[in-house]
Amino acid sequence: MLAFAKLALLAFISGGEQQGGLLDVNPGLMIWTIVTFVALLLILTKLAWKPILSSLSERENFIRESLEKAEVAQKEAQKMISDNQASLAKAEEEAQKIIEQARDYAENLKSQIVNESKEEAKKMIEKASDEIERKNQEAFSELREQVADIAVQAAEKIILENLDKEKQRKIVDKFINELSKN
Amino acid sequence: MEISSFKAVSDTVKSSAAAEDTGWIVHHILDSKQILGLFSLPEIHLFGIDLTITNHVFFMWLASILMIFGFTRLVKNYKTSLVPKGFSNFLEVIIVFVKDEIARPTIGKGYERFLPYLLTVFFFILTCNFLGLVPFGSTATSNISVTATLATISFVVIQAGGMMKNGVVGYFKGLIPHGVPTWLLPIMFVVEILGLFTKPFALAIRLFANMTAGHIVILALIGLIFILKTIFVAPVSVSFAIFIYLLEILVALIQAYIFTMLSSLFIGMAVHQDH
Repeated sequence: MLAFAKLALLAFISGGEQQGGLLDVNPGLMIWTIVTFVALLLILTKLAWKPILSSLSERENFIRESLEKAEVAQKEAQKMISDNQASLAKAEEEAQKIIEQARDYAENLKSQIVNESKEEAKKMIEKASDEIERKNQEAFSELREQVADIAVQAAEKIILENLDKEKQRKIVDKFINELSKN
Repeated sequence: MEISSFKAVSDTVKSSAAAEDTGWIVHHILDSKQILGLFSLPEIHLFGIDLTITNHVFFMWLASILMIFGFTRLVKNYKTSLVPKGFSNFLEVIIVFVKDEIARPTIGKGYERFLPYLLTVFFFILTCNFLGLVPFGSTATSNISVTATLATISFVVIQAGGMMKNGVVGYFKGLIPHGVPTWLLPIMFVVEILGLFTKPFALAIRLFANMTAGHIVILALIGLIFILKTIFVAPVSVSFAIFIYLLEILVALIQAYIFTMLSSLFIGMAVHQDH
């Protein structure tokens, strides 16, 4: 196998000898290769590689920055959400407190009003009963006077027929005085 | 009588076939002054060197023009948007591959300085390889003169890179590994210096042999039809030739990758000598 390969290689090398072998080195072509390659390297470095590589790194930076920014924004949003939740909870607590206070106040007010009105009613009742008493008294004394007058008149009528006016009067007064003393 | 005549006939057929065969195949692989086999440019002779524009020079220039055209399009694409489309996107993928998969891991810190050279050599070899697979095309990279020159440029870049990083004296000192006995130093120095030259030599031979071999096999397979003078071998020949052709597409990619990869690796070894 190896011998065959060697033979084939030899055949190729010697076979092309009329036109130049496969392994012949052509200095002119080498010079052209150097010229072409170096020119291509310079042209492409200036026209292509520098702008392309800078664009690539620019894009890389852009992506990295965007990711970092997104992360920061996300953290901020998270913080904002938790802040919001905290303030919401606080507000709710506050509201609850206010409602509680209002309820207490209302309760107090209610009991106070009730007590006051009860007292008022009691006072009014007392006053009314006093009034009634007083009126009773008044009526009673008026009645007594009238009764006395009527009695006197009645007695006068009776005594006019029996006694004189003077005597009768004395007797009645004496009687009334005794009555009032009692 | 019969046997001897048969033998004589077969011998002559063999020898003529062999002579014709190799000449025919090599003719198609070798460089020629006929460009595309159609016309030839005036011969140029300077200082005793034949500087005529040959077919392979023409194809190198074609490759260069294609590359300049393609990459300026990519640059234009970048100016409108940082996200390339279509063919530019494909080019960018390969550029990023060379940058991140070849240059960065093998050279490490300071790889950006060598990136233009590696990208140029990669795309130049790739384009030349593919131009050889196009009908009427010719593979400049299957010419030992071209590959040897590319390897020489690689050699210069490797040495220059090493010397720029470590200094000329430091670079030669760093060639010898640590912990070598004193009496071995002269031998080691010679061996290491030889090693510097064998690396690009291997690069040149590898690229040349790989790009030549496929073409020879294809031409031999097709030539079989004409040597055996029968059409019945054609299906076998053509199907094998297609298979080899597909293989050559792979080889064209692999050889461009290997040349760049090894150049990059050698640059890395020259720049960071401590490991």
